[in-house]
Amino acid sequence: MRKASDTWSLAGKDYSSRLIVGTGKYKDFEETAMAVEASGAEIVTVAVRRVNIADPKQPMLVDYLDPKKITYLPNTAGCFDGASAVRTLRLAREAGGWDLVKLEVLGDQKTLYPNMVETFTAAEELIKDGFKVMVYCSDDPIAAKKLEDMGCVAIMPLGAPIGSGLGIQNPVQIRLIIEEIKVPVLVDAGVGTASDAAVAMELGCDGVLMNTAIAEAGDPIAMARAMRLSTEAGRLSYLAGRMAKKRYADPSSPLAGLI
Amino acid sequence: MITVSVNGETKSIEEAMSLEGFLTVLELNPKKVAVERNLEIVPKSTFANVTLENGDALEIVHFIGGG
Repeated sequence: MRKASDTWSLAGKDYSSRLIVGTGKYKDFEETAMAVEASGAEIVTVAVRRVNIADPKQPMLVDYLDPKKITYLPNTAGCFDGASAVRTLRLAREAGGWDLVKLEVLGDQKTLYPNMVETFTAAEELIKDGFKVMVYCSDDPIAAKKLEDMGCVAIMPLGAPIGSGLGIQNPVQIRLIIEEIKVPVLVDAGVGTASDAAVAMELGCDGVLMNTAIAEAGDPIAMARAMRLSTEAGRLSYLAGRMAKKRYADPSSPLAGLI
Repeated sequence: MITVSVNGETKSIEEAMSLEGFLTVLELNPKKVAVERNLEIVPKSTFANVTLENGDALEIVHFIGGG
């Protein structure tokens, strides 16, 4: 039996929860906070946007999720070129004071697939500037290795297009990336339901990142809990080591002593 | 009076106003925002020392929910 504590280390800090959740698409901040709580996540992704100067008294995310208690991971969602991603994260660092960031440079609106050329350029500039970069990337093991060699602190390939909920469509590529990469590997995007998170974790991912699967569930709070449990179950299953697959049946009850 | 651009909107303000003073006018908590002035980040610790000039372009951002 393995010991109960099974932490993972990201950029020099240990975390217990292997589930990172986004904070977008919720009905309101109360629901966001309840879902994050139910998910058990210690890290949440956040976006950086203009303040509405016409209505400065609008509630802010920081009033509902305390950045002192939960790690804010600023992202660059919506950036389609490296330069705006870098600009966004520099502002995020000034707003919050954190250098752990999620880089995501998108290629087009339809697929939200990563633009890897721009991702490489931006990652290089951010790392040079002292950022700790978790990088959303394609499921190409060679590209993933290059990003690790550059100094990214986590490699985060997609399992399916962002917000699609199609599940892990590329287990072979994800497994190849996990085999090659020494820094944490997280599936970022594609999870639709709890079993998808378990699949990602059973492949050997260090964690999984999701937003829509929880936020757009019928009951987001219940789904957040389901994701927490399935991420843990998938991790335990990976550590336990699954049985070998066989071509034919193998009885579970002994044949000896049969009457 | 001078004019500055804030998040794409033009605003008229008094001359020699500090960035910190302007955030107060806008009713924004300086702790919860980051400011870019003419494409350069303004460190929070210097908000009080930065005097806004005619034609300045400011971007004021904060964290919102996102995936």
